[in-house]
Amino acid sequence: MLIDSPHWISIIILLPILGAVASFLWRQHIVKIALTTATGTVISVGILSWQVISNGVQCYELGAWNAPLGIELYVDGLSVLMLLVTAVVGFAISIYASAYFEGNKSKHFWPLWLFLWSGLNALFVSSDIFNLFVTLEIIGLSAVALVALSGGAKAITAAMRYLLVSLLGSMLYLMGVALLYHSYGTVDMVLLSLRTEMNPAMWLIMGLMTVGLLLKTALFPLHFWLPAAHSSAPVPVSALLSALVVKASFYILWRLWIVVFPLDNDAQVGLGFILGVLGSLAIVWGGVKALQQTRLKLLIAYSTVMQIGYLFLAFPLASIMGWKAALYFILAHAIAKTAMFMVAGNILIHKGHDRIADLYSTVQHLPLTIVAFSLSGISLMGLPPSGGFVAKWLLLEAAIVSGQWWWGIVLLVGGLLTGAYVFKVLGYAFIQENSTNEPRPIGISKRMEWTALSMALFAIVLGFIAPFVLGIMDIGSPFTKGSL
Amino acid sequence: MRKIKLKILEKKPSLFTRLTLGILMFLLAASLAYAVWSLPTQALGLSAEVAKNVEMSGVSNPVTAVLLNYRSYDTLLELGVLLLALFGVWSLGGVSANKSSFVNPILDFLSRFLVPVFILFSGYLLWVGGFAPGGAFQAGAVLAAAGVLLFLNDWQLERKYSGFSLRFVLVLGLVLFVAIGFGFVFLDRVFLEYPPQLAGGLILLIEAAATLSIGISLAALFLGRDPSVKSDSKIDTGVHK
Amino acid sequence: MTPAFLYALVGIVLFSIGLYGLILYKHLLRKILAINILGSGVFLVMVALAARTGDAVPDAVPHAMVITGIVVAVSATALALALMLRVDAETGQAVLPEDREE
Repeated sequence: MLIDSPHWISIIILLPILGAVASFLWRQHIVKIALTTATGTVISVGILSWQVISNGVQCYELGAWNAPLGIELYVDGLSVLMLLVTAVVGFAISIYASAYFEGNKSKHFWPLWLFLWSGLNALFVSSDIFNLFVTLEIIGLSAVALVALSGGAKAITAAMRYLLVSLLGSMLYLMGVALLYHSYGTVDMVLLSLRTEMNPAMWLIMGLMTVGLLLKTALFPLHFWLPAAHSSAPVPVSALLSALVVKASFYILWRLWIVVFPLDNDAQVGLGFILGVLGSLAIVWGGVKALQQTRLKLLIAYSTVMQIGYLFLAFPLASIMGWKAALYFILAHAIAKTAMFMVAGNILIHKGHDRIADLYSTVQHLPLTIVAFSLSGISLMGLPPSGGFVAKWLLLEAAIVSGQWWWGIVLLVGGLLTGAYVFKVLGYAFIQENSTNEPRPIGISKRMEWTALSMALFAIVLGFIAPFVLGIMDIGSPFTKGSL
Repeated sequence: MRKIKLKILEKKPSLFTRLTLGILMFLLAASLAYAVWSLPTQALGLSAEVAKNVEMSGVSNPVTAVLLNYRSYDTLLELGVLLLALFGVWSLGGVSANKSSFVNPILDFLSRFLVPVFILFSGYLLWVGGFAPGGAFQAGAVLAAAGVLLFLNDWQLERKYSGFSLRFVLVLGLVLFVAIGFGFVFLDRVFLEYPPQLAGGLILLIEAAATLSIGISLAALFLGRDPSVKSDSKIDTGVHK
Repeated sequence: MTPAFLYALVGIVLFSIGLYGLILYKHLLRKILAINILGSGVFLVMVALAARTGDAVPDAVPHAMVITGIVVAVSATALALALMLRVDAETGQAVLPEDREE
């Protein structure tokens, strides 16, 4: 039966690539091709997820060669959720972008974005650390080109910096891969997890790979490239970068940390403490900087710096509940941040600028957009009943269980800072003023308002479907050592 | 062509910065050297597995066997990366190329002689890759060199070929790779699995298409812009007006 | 010391020189060259250590990985150079804004 076929795992990678190629060849039908591909990809990911949810983990030996000689694909609960959130965000962004881009930009956006999508899917199902390097490069190069799509000095220089940082990160990672291969004779994660042992060389490998991936994930203080890149990109791209791209390198780090690196629980807690501290600094620094911004897109970009911090609070806890909290943060942030960037895009087109102090009367002209902003703000703050709330609740519980209550204070401070910058924006948006010296606001496509609102609603719904989502996380128990 | 100023204002960094960074790099190199040093002096890696299965792979050059059979998925994605770079470069629109029309007579003479040789040699590398060092990437690189020579002589692709035809050739390698790789799924095999008796021929076919795509892609990257787009000097904002 | 290790050490030195150049130099062309040197260092380590097979044929898997890596590096370099030209066209200097000297 088609629906039981084991090949969907390869289709979710191939379909977007073929879509990218087709949209490159037949430019006159580009939007039709792209939206068809997006729909097809979502359906394929849906079928694969359904298979995994009902039958458990899936393994696929490409070319019928098993590891260590060949490359194996592997899907467990963690992969499924990453694939699903990519599908949801990707589909929403595709709809949004079909109204946002025109002409020349559209011609370049779709092939790059579909390639990026393919790279993300390929990354989330790969269990081969060299193959992960290739997927990282697909993601990195397409993300850089997408940032540069805005044109203009700001975006071009931001893209240039992003490319250099991204390449450096990849090369540090690759050096780690080279040393791992020559130490243990395989690049397969499962085999590595059986063979790796602690020695001085291993410390160096862990250091190189972790720093390389942290550069790409933009954890404080390696976040310096992020605000410019994420804020100067075209709006759909900003959303993609914040929601998905930074999570890709985080995902690899996560798998390495849990599965490949020979860390016992004490070592995880000890080393994780450093990451936890950096994460806390990211939360405070990102929050304060966000509050200081005068431009909406920059504010949202700094909010991403902050939200990345939350993910690293799970490392010192080193418990299944902590990891689940981090995954919930990823999901909630991806959805809420997509909505928020879409809101910024709507405002940018409507008003012609995104100066926060001049957002008056936005609520009258774009009520749906402002509702979307508020709802996604609720999730970012972590107020009930949103997805962000579930994430914070899980993290708090995990912190208390492991006796590290102090991370709870960081959560509280983060929530307050988020509240402050969300209300700052809303405060200005609700001011009514009948100004005459400003150019007439431009009406925006209904499609753009509704996608923003749907995503924001979904960020709230994520709080209600928590039991279901948490259930998926247990498939193949991705958060225990030796799970793959 | 716009000249990039190389000797811009680059002030030499202070001695302190250079020294600090130098020491840090030395420490990094020393610890890496230690890590490498601690590796066993004898390690077979996967060479035994590679050799054991080489008869099933359809080629006798072990590197080609890895690239186009055991780990062909990497190679497929990597063709994607090359294509992606081209998408990226084209999306940047290129910088207006006001090249001088002066053609160096020596360059002109030599390239008339060399371009056919390069194309021939590229074909040879492609063929030889099955059993000796060579293969699609090497062949593609040589093919690209022929393209670069042509561009240096102010050669231009005829307009009727610079649109769809060019794009088609650029994606051909990747598309054929996917098509052949997925074709056997309908015959109860997995993605990228080839029947051993057909593998040799299929690999050559994939490599031939890949050589063409790689060569043309690299040459197109050298050109730096979509040849079907006339002028790129104006920056099109194209965002919702 | 076997030749394999000697080459690997050269790779390590290239890696460090590349990183040094990437951090220290401001001109984008230099940064791009530095990243390429750094990458070559990684590739050299990868390939050199594959020759630790004694008298047998060297391990082909790292060789194939390096070919893949080189193609990726070429692609990234092409994109980087094209971006550099655009940075120069937009700002008049091929440097990042934080490195500008008026």
